[in-house]
Amino acid sequence: MSKARYRRRPALVCCAVLLSVCAAAFASGPPTSEDLAVTDAPPGRMGGGLSVALRSEPKTLNPVLAEDDPSRDVIRCLNADLIHINRETLKTEPALATSWAISPDGKQYLVHLRHGVRFSDGQPFNADDVVFSFELYLDEKLHSPQRDLLVVGDKPMAVQKVDDYTVRFSLTEPYAAAERLFDGLAILPRHSLEGAYREGKFPEAWSVSASPDQFAGLGPFRLKQYVPGQRVVLEKNPFYWKQDKAGNRLPYLAQLQFLFVANEDAQVIRFEDGDTDVLSRFSAENFAVLEKQQATKGYHVADLGAGLEYNFLFFNLNNLSGKAKPEISAKQAWFNDLRFRQAVSIAIDRAGIVRLVYSGRATPLWDQVTPGNKLWVNQDIPHPARSLDQAKGLLKSAGFGWKADGSLVDPHGTPVEFTIVTNASNVQRTKMAAIIEDDLGHLGMNVHVVPLEFRAMVDRLLNTYDYEAAIMGIASGDVDPTNEMNVWVSDGETHLWNLAGKPSTPWEAEMDKLMQQQEVTLDFAKRKKLYDRVQEIVSQNLPVICLASPNILVAARDRVGNFRPAILDPYVLWNVEELYLR
Amino acid sequence: MSRLLEFAKPKLAFAVSLLAVFHGAVLFAGFFAPYDFAAQDRDLPFAPPTAVHFEDAQGRWHARPFVRAFADDPANPAGYIVDPGAEYPVHFFVKGTSYKVLGVFTLDTHLFGVDDPGRIFLMGTDSLGRDQFSRFLFGGQLSLLAGTLAALLSVSLGIVIGGAAGYFGGWLDDLLMRGGELFLALPWLYLLFAVRAALPLHVSQAQVFLLLVAVVGLVGWARPARLIRGVVLSAKERDFVTAARGFGASHGYLFRRHILPGANGVILTQLALLIPQYILAEVTLTFLGLGVGEPMASWGTLLSSLQQYYVLSTYWWMFLPAVLLVPLFLAYYTAADAVQERVKSVAV
Repeated sequence: MSKARYRRRPALVCCAVLLSVCAAAFASGPPTSEDLAVTDAPPGRMGGGLSVALRSEPKTLNPVLAEDDPSRDVIRCLNADLIHINRETLKTEPALATSWAISPDGKQYLVHLRHGVRFSDGQPFNADDVVFSFELYLDEKLHSPQRDLLVVGDKPMAVQKVDDYTVRFSLTEPYAAAERLFDGLAILPRHSLEGAYREGKFPEAWSVSASPDQFAGLGPFRLKQYVPGQRVVLEKNPFYWKQDKAGNRLPYLAQLQFLFVANEDAQVIRFEDGDTDVLSRFSAENFAVLEKQQATKGYHVADLGAGLEYNFLFFNLNNLSGKAKPEISAKQAWFNDLRFRQAVSIAIDRAGIVRLVYSGRATPLWDQVTPGNKLWVNQDIPHPARSLDQAKGLLKSAGFGWKADGSLVDPHGTPVEFTIVTNASNVQRTKMAAIIEDDLGHLGMNVHVVPLEFRAMVDRLLNTYDYEAAIMGIASGDVDPTNEMNVWVSDGETHLWNLAGKPSTPWEAEMDKLMQQQEVTLDFAKRKKLYDRVQEIVSQNLPVICLASPNILVAARDRVGNFRPAILDPYVLWNVEELYLR
Repeated sequence: MSRLLEFAKPKLAFAVSLLAVFHGAVLFAGFFAPYDFAAQDRDLPFAPPTAVHFEDAQGRWHARPFVRAFADDPANPAGYIVDPGAEYPVHFFVKGTSYKVLGVFTLDTHLFGVDDPGRIFLMGTDSLGRDQFSRFLFGGQLSLLAGTLAALLSVSLGIVIGGAAGYFGGWLDDLLMRGGELFLALPWLYLLFAVRAALPLHVSQAQVFLLLVAVVGLVGWARPARLIRGVVLSAKERDFVTAARGFGASHGYLFRRHILPGANGVILTQLALLIPQYILAEVTLTFLGLGVGEPMASWGTLLSSLQQYYVLSTYWWMFLPAVLLVPLFLAYYTAADAVQERVKSVAV
């Protein structure tokens, strides 16, 4: 089983995570030589410009090489994909592909392309561009971060041109989430990039310093100007392949501007001052600040409810033999005892975390799937209320006892004392740790919080295993459980609590089987049942103790029309071609 | 006698008594603080400072002050309001959570307090509902001592190294000063990462304290050393120094008697500047996992919450620790200033 087959690695989130492009719901276009997609959004007004802040400068504008969030944010406005995930329905919809057929064995996808589409430089688009783009994504020498997604069952998918408007994708084994793979994979112009690629100069192509006339994309905008250290300016792509119900070619906006604003607080202030028009990825506290003035300042804020991020506490269950860490291995006798983990879980004040860490704008969690993931959440997972008595009962049944001063001791009389590491840059997680420390103190546990610099912490979690417990968060770019393969399959790279590479307990073995089954099962109802069971196992065996999921908070100026924020990234710009100024 | 009189100058007297009050309050933090620095009141995050009343709802005046309790806000389930009906008198010398004085004696008497469920938060609460006043006093124990010791360490190193460089000159001067420049140019951040990686996961409070002093103190010697070198360099060419040398004075005597007094001003100003700076340095160290972690309080961590925009714009009482530090640091400067003047007059 290759690690490489998992789609979209869930990232360990330091601040936030993301993926993907922009689109809307479609009806099929009019039968002209130019097959335009028609969106169902209310028609808007043409012209005007919109400003958005980026947390940092994009590192590249090359879709094959981009890894950082700011680069992807810009790239998805400049490019388009074949099949797209609708951020409102969370389901796939046609984009540059108008339809596709799956072979009965689930291994072949025959994709029909949209006719008459042109790149932003006016050149036509056809199957050669698709084959060329996938050649780039799959080229091992280019190290594209998307390559792993396209390697299903140890073998890269084969891409074959059938005719000018038909492409066949072949996988070596069925893959349930295959359609969703195409989301965010930009189709590139063969005519402008093939030369550089054949000469081995592709890694330098489409850098941020390249002149705008070298770019050509299929997205709603094209590059106009890049000012290092300040902003990147995009202008309307006159050849874009979508139109509204009134027959106006999208996008409505004449210009889209990304400003580089280094941190969240500065972004909030710039938004308040009217320098930017839409805002996402900010804290509940800043939400409260903005909310107070929304009536007078001509903007509004919106709380979209739970997103996909889940924060959790977990213990070091790695096999430490040969790692020479006697102190930690001694404590693992507690961590490996399910009753100990259950006691910790039931002693944690999740409501307190929601109230104090997120000012109430979050959802308490007992398993990894948030209520924001409407398609996959298992509604039957129990939500036991906090109970210190029950926690003490569990500890007692596991042989723990209390000294006269109230401190907890294990069956050998050793005081229960451990550390929780978390990343110091994440205020929310540091606060969660402080709350948990206090909660567990009521059980007589002596807990120390150790905030660490992010990379130093990741090194301990993934390489040296030099930690006792940790608080982390994971946010997937998509709702599909295939995104979470890396977390729940025992040889996954993000199987944080135990990186042995093989199951250590019967329930881990069962999770491996369930996750592998859901990956190749094509029927949604059957897959849902399999993943429901995974959620059940997580909530019962507590390899990670889930805490809370922050709500997705957004804000926009009142003059922005068709503003329909979504819980999937990009929260506010996913329908950028439909946005307009009133 | 004249020295004593000099000490009685009002400005200096005021500064010294202010410093005494601050240090006394911090030293006996457990007694003056009504609550433990880590005690969380999860229903009252960001509670504003509790108003202390003398006049009740009926307009009657009381000799014993009282406070009003907080109650759930019927309009906002996450919020709270001040309940005008419930009055809780402030008691003095009350029994409460136990604390240690000077790390030895365990006591549980607090200067003041109110009965449950009343709360007295003189400086409001932080995001976890912890009493800021108590955290300020306890935090000072760590910050004041660590900041002062670290500043003394840097300045002492600065005197030795800068003094030697300036006094002896030549290749030693080059060696020491180029070394100092190297020190200034080192990427400290990465060095601190390495230090953190070499330490065990849980570092005890005493270790944190020593670490703070050592790291901050050792990193900062180069600047005072440069300044002191400059002063020594000019002082050693003065006529009275040359004369003393001509009379056969030893290096040690010359340095102690004639050169160092000239550098006193620089040394004292450096100390007064470095102490506040080092108290803030702890914020950075905490961020790297080298400082005090939750739930410990320190002035650095209290001030670091002000780095967030929503705190700055919404909760004015979070500024109170910073406001209190202004007179403290001012007192340090004033004291340094006055002592410097006195030293000058004595030297002349």
